[in-house]
Amino acid sequence: MKLYCLSGHPTLPCNVLKFKSTTIMLDCGLDTTAALYFLPLPLVHSPRLSKLPGWVSKDGAVNLEKELKECSGRVFVDSQPEFCLPEKELLDLSTIDVILISNYHCMMALPYITEHTGFTGTVYATEPTLQIGRLLMEELVTFMERVPKAQAATCWKNKEIQRLLPGPLKDAVDVWSWRKCYSVQEVNSALSKVQLVGYSQKVELFGAVQVTPLSSGYSLGSSNWIIQSHYEKVSYVSGSSLLTTHPQPMEQSSLKNSDVLILTGLTQIPTANPDGMLGEFCSNLAMTIRAGGNVLVPCYSSGVIYDLLECLYQFMDSANLGSTPFYFISPVANSSLEFSQIFAEWLCQNKQSKVYLPEPPFPHAELIQTNKLKHYPSIHGDFSSEFRQPCVVFTGHPSLRFGDVVHFMELWGKSSLNTIIFTEPDFSYLDALAPYQPLAMKCVYCPIDTRLNFHQVSKLLKDIQPLHVVCPEPYTQPPPAQPHRSDLMLELQPPPMAYRRCSVLGLPFRRRYERIHLLPELARSLVPSEIKAGVSVATVSAVLQSKDNKHVLQPVPKPAPVPPSKKRKRVTEEPPEVLNPKPLLSGAVPLEPFLAMLHKNGITEVKVEETADGHILHLQTEDVLIQLEEDATHIICDNNEPLRTALRDLVLRFLQKL
Amino acid sequence: MPDIKVTPLGAGQDVGRSCILVSIGGKNIMLDCGMHMGYNDDRRFPDFSYVTQNGRLTEFLDCVIISHFHLDHCGALPYMSEMVGYDGPIYMTHPTKAICPILLEDFRKITVDKKGETNFFTSQMIKDCMKKVVPLNLHQTVQVDEELEIKAYYAGHVLGAAMFQIKVGSESVVYTGDYNMTPDRHLGAAWIDKCRPDILISESTYATTIRDSKRCRERDFLKKVHETVERGGKVLIPVFALGRAQELCILLETFWERMNLKAPIYFSTGLTEKANHYYKLFITWTNQKIRKTFVQRNMFEFKHIKAFDRSYADNPGPMVVFATPGMLHAGQSLQIFKKWAGNEKNMLIMPGYCVQGTVGHKILNGQKKLEMEGRATLDVKLQVEYMSFSAHADAKGIMQLIRMAEPRNMLLVHGEAKKMEFLKDKIEQEFSISCYMPANGETTTVVTNPSVPVDISLNLLKREMALGGPLPDAKRPRTMHGTLIMKDNSLRLVSPEQALKELGLSEHQLRFTCRVQLHDPHSDTDTLGRIYTHLKSVLKSYSIQHVPDGTVIVESIVIKVTSSAEEPNLKVILLSWSYQVNKHVMN
Repeated sequence: MKLYCLSGHPTLPCNVLKFKSTTIMLDCGLDTTAALYFLPLPLVHSPRLSKLPGWVSKDGAVNLEKELKECSGRVFVDSQPEFCLPEKELLDLSTIDVILISNYHCMMALPYITEHTGFTGTVYATEPTLQIGRLLMEELVTFMERVPKAQAATCWKNKEIQRLLPGPLKDAVDVWSWRKCYSVQEVNSALSKVQLVGYSQKVELFGAVQVTPLSSGYSLGSSNWIIQSHYEKVSYVSGSSLLTTHPQPMEQSSLKNSDVLILTGLTQIPTANPDGMLGEFCSNLAMTIRAGGNVLVPCYSSGVIYDLLECLYQFMDSANLGSTPFYFISPVANSSLEFSQIFAEWLCQNKQSKVYLPEPPFPHAELIQTNKLKHYPSIHGDFSSEFRQPCVVFTGHPSLRFGDVVHFMELWGKSSLNTIIFTEPDFSYLDALAPYQPLAMKCVYCPIDTRLNFHQVSKLLKDIQPLHVVCPEPYTQPPPAQPHRSDLMLELQPPPMAYRRCSVLGLPFRRRYERIHLLPELARSLVPSEIKAGVSVATVSAVLQSKDNKHVLQPVPKPAPVPPSKKRKRVTEEPPEVLNPKPLLSGAVPLEPFLAMLHKNGITEVKVEETADGHILHLQTEDVLIQLEEDATHIICDNNEPLRTALRDLVLRFLQKL
Repeated sequence: MPDIKVTPLGAGQDVGRSCILVSIGGKNIMLDCGMHMGYNDDRRFPDFSYVTQNGRLTEFLDCVIISHFHLDHCGALPYMSEMVGYDGPIYMTHPTKAICPILLEDFRKITVDKKGETNFFTSQMIKDCMKKVVPLNLHQTVQVDEELEIKAYYAGHVLGAAMFQIKVGSESVVYTGDYNMTPDRHLGAAWIDKCRPDILISESTYATTIRDSKRCRERDFLKKVHETVERGGKVLIPVFALGRAQELCILLETFWERMNLKAPIYFSTGLTEKANHYYKLFITWTNQKIRKTFVQRNMFEFKHIKAFDRSYADNPGPMVVFATPGMLHAGQSLQIFKKWAGNEKNMLIMPGYCVQGTVGHKILNGQKKLEMEGRATLDVKLQVEYMSFSAHADAKGIMQLIRMAEPRNMLLVHGEAKKMEFLKDKIEQEFSISCYMPANGETTTVVTNPSVPVDISLNLLKREMALGGPLPDAKRPRTMHGTLIMKDNSLRLVSPEQALKELGLSEHQLRFTCRVQLHDPHSDTDTLGRIYTHLKSVLKSYSIQHVPDGTVIVESIVIKVTSSAEEPNLKVILLSWSYQVNKHVMN
């Protein structure tokens, strides 16, 4: 059993597990942080961005002014943003049988994997994961396609040139494997390969392996996966949360008794407490609005935004800011809000019971009804005429490189009255802001990451006791910025097996058994004999049938009467049962009873001679020697087949056959 | 011999009060717990004394499963759990859990408040009963206990309706509840995988009917409604608040929109708003088309259909009214019917099945004079149309499900005996499986033949599979030998060598030796060499060793050649072999 690690990103994993005869991909996260090296894509022509100077090396030898632009001392690529894909060279992607998706953030690379690689397998995901994942992909495509870039910059990627560039561009790795965004057709084709599953559904893969998604508590429909056979169990834990937010709580007990637990998707901000961050978010928001400024919240279109809206729903009235409008701007804003209301089965108990009333589970329905929350597909159209300030705008993309958020950065960046509040933990906010510098607006960093922290995960592991833990390398050492914080790493006994991008790990367990079924007729024909107290054995002679990785033992068919064949074959004296191996023997042949037995069978003249290891019996009439020892019997008998057979059968009566 | 027992307490050769007991692998499960619309006495509920005469329900039952929210499937639930007494788990889907208590409360109100019955369950009992409900999702495998697992499949029929697979070890039963095999305007079709249950318990409401295409029925329905409205008549459509009502509403709504019709459509008050709301929130349970478009246009927000008020019934001019309940046995639909029955311009469309004893059943049987309370009779002059929109599988659909699931036995419930008989013959003929149709209180026993799961050592299995070749050869079956070790409830099949080792036993060697004399003029070594060459040519597939100390070894056979100095040409060949040697090597 092996694990191929195609991504080193701890929260955007992509691993391939070879287990029994199956090849299973676990998640396919897309690392979008590569977009930070690119210039933002403005929705409306931006004089500032278009006037940025091109980059020329100091000695003037390298001139890339068309491809690279300089802004506040940093160099950005002026091209459609690209993303870092999971490793494609480590193994042949067309051999992948299935892809298991754990949550909608971890499936964004799916079209790159399933399209143009020869992939012919099935993708398994829950319904909310599929629907919301589709929204996020469609949103990404829209963001890119509505502001097409004429040129694609590639010269800078040249190794000789790249090493001359200023940092951080100089240090970017694997730039040739970065890819542009996929198309809608590719999204549709990729998602058509998804098969829906429900929590605790047992899915059989080729009869060899069973996979089961379990609620992970992180987002709508998010799951951990159990991959098991009758004897081995691998748990894949990805993006799990123990906090009470909107999704169904995490299912923990089913993770017990794992041979191997693959642990990914822990919190990216282990030092920040989500509740504290939420409080900070609210107070900063209130302060800005009271001062007459606007608040910009760059966010994904699904996930934490539901909780933010719910929290603000209560907070705004209590803070006397009830009249401040909220705007949610995204090509999929409406769909995201609508979809969130129809997944009752996937929500926490509290929200479920609202649906029973029947009421919408999320209060944003009421915010929309009372016109406090308005959603628009983009800044163009109705929004521009309807929007009032001061206001709160939720919009994407959190990288600040594309999407409607770029427009608001240009619009509000120059005023210190306005505030941008970062809630998504995926991007460094300083890097995100770099192409907008110098900036007057206030920046607040309140990352809300509800995923497991190190304290929670060590408690969890103590409860479920996996034999081995596999995790990304960063989890095995303290964060580089806080080298003394040994509490911000995994300390386990035995130590976890760490992986990085392109690692291939051999997982430490040996398979020893397989499940087989005895047909009832066969089971009935067995004759068990007790060997010692509580232990019985039975010799099984049967025909093995293996089909679809399922094994069945059938009774041996009675040999059909040999049809009189016209041509006499030379080897007709070879009926099938001759091929059967004879059983092993065990036990001892006791002297006195054996002599009695010989006597009974007409062999009376026996001379017994004692030897060091037992006895030698001389059957005088027949001129046969029999050596009887503790663990061996030797019959020396010339040219008398019937006698030999008779003696053999007598000996066998005293022995156990296995 | 292990077996599965099925005993209907209700719905055995009958429609109504569905309640079926199943005993499988030592577990007892109650499938549905419904009431009978045709009775007002004790026969209204299933006869639980069948169980309670031997003890409490909680001790007997491992779980109760409710297939959907129709009262003939869940109407006796509070009575069973709170009045007879059952504290174990009750499983149902989320929509069923949401809607079931509302219908129960409605039922209670009509029975207690309107009819003044006492000794009936109370609102509190409904609440207490619902606390025992464990909701489940489609395809989720719920482990009721260590051995018993259940799994729900989509059944169509009404919002949240499910079929259930009940499994203990390798034995299993599938219960369909009510289902339909054709998607309709708001729900999808039932689906199940090839799970090969020992018994498939299916409803058989439309056992003998093969319905024409849905499209024709819809066109027919719209034509009848349209004609009546055109000539100024009123159309009454008795429905149950949830289910068919929504399908017909969608149908009329789109028709009105397309034809630009102005005649009002009403939906009798009460559950309407709420009902549509459930459909909106549980949209994932509806059909593909509605699910796909719900963001743009929610099919359950109707423009043309308004809430009904009692006074509207006397308004002049045409109108279409959906009124509850669906069998005209009480309530608003009956009231409106009484008002409109005398006018031949009006029309009554019965879109669903009517249980015996209800007004709906009488009218459908052509009765033109009805006796009402207080000896008054009612002349039925309005036109009566029966259009089967109720979402049950017809004979074709039932056969289709059998093909899908491939059961080993079939058991019919929820239908009329005569029709069942017909279907039973058909099933037995077409699928060559046994089909049962027990009456209420009658037990059907089906013997199962489960195979025995055993752990086989991977070494042994791999060795066998390698020897057997990649493909099994049906003509030359290979026999494999192993030793089954039975210890502490575990069954392990290992190779005999491993078994000896594990059990701490030593092997007993049994050898045979014999001498053969032959004349050969060569030297001893040459004779042995010739034997060696000969064996090599004869036994091609065996490894034959010629050891320098003067022996030839084939597997465990040892061959030596000696001769005496007196007669160098008389060779004595010493042959020694062990018990396990195959005979043909010897030859």
